[in-house]
Amino acid sequence: MHTLLEPFQLGFLRHALIVCTVAGGLCGLLGVFVTLRGMSYIGHGLSHAIFGGAAISAAVSVNFFAGAGLWGLASGLAISRVTKRRIIGSDAAIGVITTASFAFGVALLGYYARVKRSIDATVFGSVLGVTRGDVVMVAIVALFAATVVVLGYRSFLFTTFDPEVAEVSGVNVGRVDAMLMLLLSFAILASMKVLGVTLIAAALVVPAVVARMLTNSFARMLWLSSLIGALCGLVGMYLSYHLDVSSGATIVLVGFLLFAVVFAATGRRGLRRTAVLDAA
Amino acid sequence: MSPARDDFLVRAIDVSHTFGERAVLAGVSVEVGTADLLGIVGPSGSGKTTLLRALLGGLAPTMGRVERRAGLRVGYVPQVETVNWHFPVTVNEVVLMARRKGRRWPGPTRAERHEVAETLDHLGIAELGGRHIRDLSGGQQQRVFIARALLGRPEVLFLDEPTSGVDVRTRHEVLHLLGELHDEGLAIVLSTHDLNGIAAHLPRLLCLNVRVAAEGSPREVLTPAVLEEVYGAPMEVLEHAGMPLVVDRPDSRAEIRELRRRA
Repeated sequence: MHTLLEPFQLGFLRHALIVCTVAGGLCGLLGVFVTLRGMSYIGHGLSHAIFGGAAISAAVSVNFFAGAGLWGLASGLAISRVTKRRIIGSDAAIGVITTASFAFGVALLGYYARVKRSIDATVFGSVLGVTRGDVVMVAIVALFAATVVVLGYRSFLFTTFDPEVAEVSGVNVGRVDAMLMLLLSFAILASMKVLGVTLIAAALVVPAVVARMLTNSFARMLWLSSLIGALCGLVGMYLSYHLDVSSGATIVLVGFLLFAVVFAATGRRGLRRTAVLDAA
Repeated sequence: MSPARDDFLVRAIDVSHTFGERAVLAGVSVEVGTADLLGIVGPSGSGKTTLLRALLGGLAPTMGRVERRAGLRVGYVPQVETVNWHFPVTVNEVVLMARRKGRRWPGPTRAERHEVAETLDHLGIAELGGRHIRDLSGGQQQRVFIARALLGRPEVLFLDEPTSGVDVRTRHEVLHLLGELHDEGLAIVLSTHDLNGIAAHLPRLLCLNVRVAAEGSPREVLTPAVLEEVYGAPMEVLEHAGMPLVVDRPDSRAEIRELRRRA
């Protein structure tokens, strides 16, 4: 019994449990928009781009959120700049710039011996050294994201479902898109430590896909996906401690297990619904 | 251009638009008044959708201007072919997404629920509110998007190809419904490539091929001369049940080549 409750008694693990649960819920919430807009690749790219910034921050001892955030923004601008030369598609631009940023981060971390050990932790997620500050950060981002989504619910739904009609109906589509990218960047920054660069994309996509198989309503999908994300975060973190495996990996594997169960249980009906999520 | 009217809702004045090097609209003027039911016809790439978007206010033309009556409420129904039918939304959610003002909470108010139910009932799909949009027939799907546009209580309704990709029965349903809405006082502007199924049934047509080729009643617009000039193919116009009926003329290749050259 003591072993089972151990994670709840150690200070930093309690912090890690909170961060994983909240980060899971946050990624679940934003993942609904990411999957329905066919932006899964952007989530993946953004986390890789931000990794470069995180590495620079570590190397030159700048605040992680400031350094990684600015680097992420610069990558975003570079992507749009490259895409403007019409010969290069946006997916290819994302592929070039974000992986280059990732590679730059890996090289930098390898070069500076003092931060070398944290490469694994940054790539796959680690709960070691999760501080109260991380808890506060992820809580603020989650609260902000939830508030924005609730207050702008209809605009977010309209823009995601039907951007052209939303535009002529008076929705500021550009602003909604920008807000979503901002939330996504914040969410990646706040979750990167525990989920890891390479696994954030899965934390964004898996809960939303599972929720989609369970409902046909957008409102229900939003809270269901958040709930599933939070649950995966909590259970995954708990298993990470007992199995001594990186937290990002266990969180994603719990999500995948849930996906497999729901996929089998909903049969062809679920399959038909998700088919288009992938194609979108 | 038709003379300026006191009852105008929206008008395009000498509107031209280019995408890159390509001109899609050139010197187009058209006016929509309160009692209008106007069809915009023309071949693919003739600028129908661009004109519709310019009238709606979703596109600023390169040249010329679009005037709207102050405070005009417009509704827009997109082509059903552009809709993602696998998106997780129920009929109620689709209809309500257009209502944004004065509400800061996702759930609908009692008044909004009542309004949605009333609108769906008016369109004959009252019992479908909780259904997913994919689980509906073609006619019902079209009605859902008309319901969304009507919830904003528009004075003019714009529809982009309302019958493209639908079967004959759905086309009849849509045409009948639009006639009813027009009889209730709603001005309607629609684009269509369906000359016999839709255009011939409307009171007023604008035939577009980058420029305005003809404007008037179906009898004035759907003539062999206009159609051959616009479509670049030999066509014949017969009389059927008091309406023009456009048919292809199986003429020689030389004639088609000559028409294409002139077009």
